[in-house]
Amino acid sequence: MKVALFIPCYVDQFYPKAAIATLELLERFGLEVSYPKNQTCCGQPMANSGFEHLTKGCNNLFVENFSGYDYIVCPSGSCVMHIKDHLHTEESETAAQDIRNKVYELTEFLVDVLKIEKLEASFPHKVGLHQSCHGQRGLKLSQMTELMAAPFSKPGHLLSMVKGLELVELDRKDECCGFGGTFCVTEEAVSVKMGKDRVLDHERNGAEYITAGDLSCLMHMEGILKRRGSKVKIIHIAEILNHHLS
Amino acid sequence: MKVQDHAQAAAQFIKDEERTDWHDETLWFVRQKRDLAAHGIPEWEQLREWASQIKDHTLSNLSHYLESFEQKAIANGIRVHWAADGEEHNKIVHQIIADHDLKRIVKSKSMLTEECHLNEYLIQKGISVVDTDLGERIVQLRKEAPSHIVLPAIHLKKQDVSDTFHDLLDTEKGNNDPQYLTEAARQHLRDYFIASELAITGVNFAIAETGGFVVCTNEGNADMGAHTANVHIACMGIEKIIPKAEHLGVFLRLLARSATGQPVTTYSSHFHRPREGQEMHLVIVDNGRTRQLGRADFRNSLKCIRCAACFNTCPVYRRSGGHSYHTAVAGPIGSILNPNLDMKANADLPFASTLCGSCSNVCPVKIDIHEQLYKWRQVIVQAGYAPVSKKLGMEGMAAVLSSPALYHFSGKMGRTTLKYAPFLVNNGFNPWYKQRDMPAPPAESFGEWYQKNRS
Repeated sequence: MKVALFIPCYVDQFYPKAAIATLELLERFGLEVSYPKNQTCCGQPMANSGFEHLTKGCNNLFVENFSGYDYIVCPSGSCVMHIKDHLHTEESETAAQDIRNKVYELTEFLVDVLKIEKLEASFPHKVGLHQSCHGQRGLKLSQMTELMAAPFSKPGHLLSMVKGLELVELDRKDECCGFGGTFCVTEEAVSVKMGKDRVLDHERNGAEYITAGDLSCLMHMEGILKRRGSKVKIIHIAEILNHHLS
Repeated sequence: MKVQDHAQAAAQFIKDEERTDWHDETLWFVRQKRDLAAHGIPEWEQLREWASQIKDHTLSNLSHYLESFEQKAIANGIRVHWAADGEEHNKIVHQIIADHDLKRIVKSKSMLTEECHLNEYLIQKGISVVDTDLGERIVQLRKEAPSHIVLPAIHLKKQDVSDTFHDLLDTEKGNNDPQYLTEAARQHLRDYFIASELAITGVNFAIAETGGFVVCTNEGNADMGAHTANVHIACMGIEKIIPKAEHLGVFLRLLARSATGQPVTTYSSHFHRPREGQEMHLVIVDNGRTRQLGRADFRNSLKCIRCAACFNTCPVYRRSGGHSYHTAVAGPIGSILNPNLDMKANADLPFASTLCGSCSNVCPVKIDIHEQLYKWRQVIVQAGYAPVSKKLGMEGMAAVLSSPALYHFSGKMGRTTLKYAPFLVNNGFNPWYKQRDMPAPPAESFGEWYQKNRS
């Protein structure tokens, strides 16, 4: 099984530890994982701002880097959703389509493809799980509170295999944190207010760590936590699932 | 006066953080009531699917259903008028009022008349209309616009209402008792109902097979107005049509549960024909709806039944208030309807969202609201309504991200800057930094680590 690792641009630059954890985690399951080194960005920052027409360069680059693998795995639901919904190229649409079908968010890859039922990991802490909207509502990684349907959670399922980890219940299980891409600066006031409220929910319910499948949400909440001098820390879910090594 | 855009108005709103929290929690409570009510119906998701399909079908055959509705309505004795836009709608309503030379006019809630600015139009003609929905009356007394399509005065606390009533209805100063204030409003409105000569109402559903229409209220104010008046004018958008009376069973079950968590509105009043001696008019309005119907990506926004579930669930709406949307219909649904009415004036609205998708999930008629927000963003930028600074920024970003070499270089530069010259980033010009710290720059990127450790 040839697996390509797709690391979002801001994770590459600001959160290499989460990327390393993702790589190591996949390697632990005996997979041959490679990181195409000329990858940059999925193009979502432009597209969500209304500039989808400027994403041709990113799209072409993505297809060049990620063609020919069995699976493409990424520790971000948001970037995966963007690729699934919007990766098109005029030159090689068949290759783009192939990639759209083969790209997976990390937790859905572990649960749906590798069908992990056991994990050698321990993280003896109280953890709040933030449901990133694009992963949850976009990729349906977890059931959504708006719908009248049976509950399930792929990240929750994985976290339940981690020794010592205690998931805290939140008052609002799946409210958006307010990051929203360029929204976080164009609508700064609302974005920060949403982030503050989200962080407070975790604090109020005793979380020591906030985890999620998307570092964009976590980066935004981390910025708020640090500014407020909070003791609560953020950690990407891959780092928790890979936490047996240290 | 230039209208503030959503971001500016929202920032203003949030300055009063305590009030923002109250607004957020109040509307979240309504969302939770909706969840409870929906959970009480095992076939909820099936109902949504039916409602969506009935509306899709109706929109695909709209002219047919409108014509059969008109025929039946005329046969029932209703006078039917067609208005191409808001202006024509207002003229028709004014003409009916002028023909009868009537002065005592009451109006129950109708978002269409808000959209057409009927009250303002009539005031210019020297005619004043009394809004009889309690929330609408409160905002009318305060000379404000409704901030929510179901709960028009939801931005106000009881002490605000008390102050307004003290000033204008002579109630006791500082008496914030809701019972007392509601009683004062009842007495105040009762006089207008009894004296009402002409009643204007909205329409929730117009039934093609019967030529009748249904008006839903919790206060019974539409009925009280229409029952005493000799002239009843009902105003509706062309999208209010449903094919059959039996379809009401789907929509009435969804509407109130989605809106407030009630099993059904207190009054779901069926009007079929004028009572003896009464005149009943129906004004059917296009006002851009056929244009929206012609936009493949946006046509299904016309399925909306105005329940406002998308408002109550929207984390942005709850924290920015309805007035920040500067339009008659605020919230997520307003942000996909209003660019059709005036793209330039409403170019900010599709961007007033994180695209979290909660709106589409609560929508009882399954409008893909958040996907349409994304699509409107593309249309608005293509039409040239994006700020120049944003356009330049995006072009620069696209250039960097399209080139691995430039990307690696800029990444390193950015991290080095954050490490050695953080003041270049951590300052008042960076909106991220205003209330959030920047992430700590790592020594190396993942790409650099990988180069050293795996290849």
